[in-house]
Amino acid sequence: MRFGVLRFPGSCDEADAQLAAARVGEASILWHQDRDLQGVDAVIVPGGFSYGDYLRAGAIARFSPVMESVIDFARGGGFVLGICNGFQVLCEAGLLPGALLPNANRRFTFRQLDLEVVQGDTAFTRACEPGETLSIPAKHESGRYYAPEAMLDELEDAGQVVLRYKPEQNFNGSLRDIAGVCNEAGNVFGLMPHPEHAVDALTGSTDGLRIFESMALSMRVAHA
Amino acid sequence: MRARVLVRPKAGILDPQGIAVEQALPALGFSGVSHVHVGRLVELDVEVPAQLDEMCRKLLANPLVEDYEVQLLEGPVAGAP
Repeated sequence: MRFGVLRFPGSCDEADAQLAAARVGEASILWHQDRDLQGVDAVIVPGGFSYGDYLRAGAIARFSPVMESVIDFARGGGFVLGICNGFQVLCEAGLLPGALLPNANRRFTFRQLDLEVVQGDTAFTRACEPGETLSIPAKHESGRYYAPEAMLDELEDAGQVVLRYKPEQNFNGSLRDIAGVCNEAGNVFGLMPHPEHAVDALTGSTDGLRIFESMALSMRVAHA
Repeated sequence: MRARVLVRPKAGILDPQGIAVEQALPALGFSGVSHVHVGRLVELDVEVPAQLDEMCRKLLANPLVEDYEVQLLEGPVAGAP
C-alpha cells in the first residue's frame, strides 16, 4: 500500500505521518503545488499550520493545486486521512461535515488523551474493537468540533462519529465530545488527535498505529 | 471599488475571543460591558463588486459558522497613504 503525505508551507507533522505510514506500507511526500498524486492508494493531510492558518485554519490550503486532485481522488472513493490541521482542511474543502472552532479553553493545549472508538468497522478503525480506548496525543488551538444540531443528529444516526473524547478528556469543547468524523461514503476521515505521534513505545503509546493498520487492512480488502 | 467585509461568529456559537475580551475589560476598570464578539475585517479593492458575495462564501467567511456583511465604500483608495 502506498501513502502520499501532503506538505504545505507551514505543515509540521508530515515527517511523523510519513514515518507512521511507512510502518504499514510505503509513504512519500506530495508537494502542495503538484497536482499529480503519483498513483498513491491513500492520501494523508497532515498537521501543522498550512499557509500560516491565515483567515481560518485550513481555509487557504483547501484551494492549493494538490487539494484539487485530492478532492477528485476522494470523490472517486480514494482513502483520505486528515489529522489536526488536515481535518480542518478537509472540513474547509467540504469533504467532511462541520467545522473546527477555537478551543473553548482559549489555549493552545497539548495533552495525551483517551479516545473511545465509537465505530470499529470503518476503513480507518477496522483494526480496533468498538468501544475500545485509544491513548493518542492532541495539540491544537482550534479543535472544537462544531456542526449544527440537526447535522450532529444525522452524523450520529449515520454512524459517522468515529471517535469521541472519553469523559474529562474533551478540553477543546467539541460538541458531543466528537474527536473524529468520517464522510457519508466512509472513505474520508478526520480527527484532531495525532495518531502519527503514537506509533512507538518510546513515546508512551502505540495506539495511533491502529489507524494506519486499519487503512492498510482496508486497502487489502478493497483490492481483494 | 473599495469594499469592506465584516465577518462575525454566528449568533449562539461560543466565541472564546469575545469572552476573553469581555473578561479583560472589567479588569481594566471598564464596567457595564456585555455581549462582546470578536470578528474579522477584510478590506479590498474589487473590479467586479458583484463577485463579493461569492468571494465571501468561498473564502472570506465560512458560512457554516460565520455571518458576513459586505459594505461598498467610495472609489478605490489603492495607493493612498
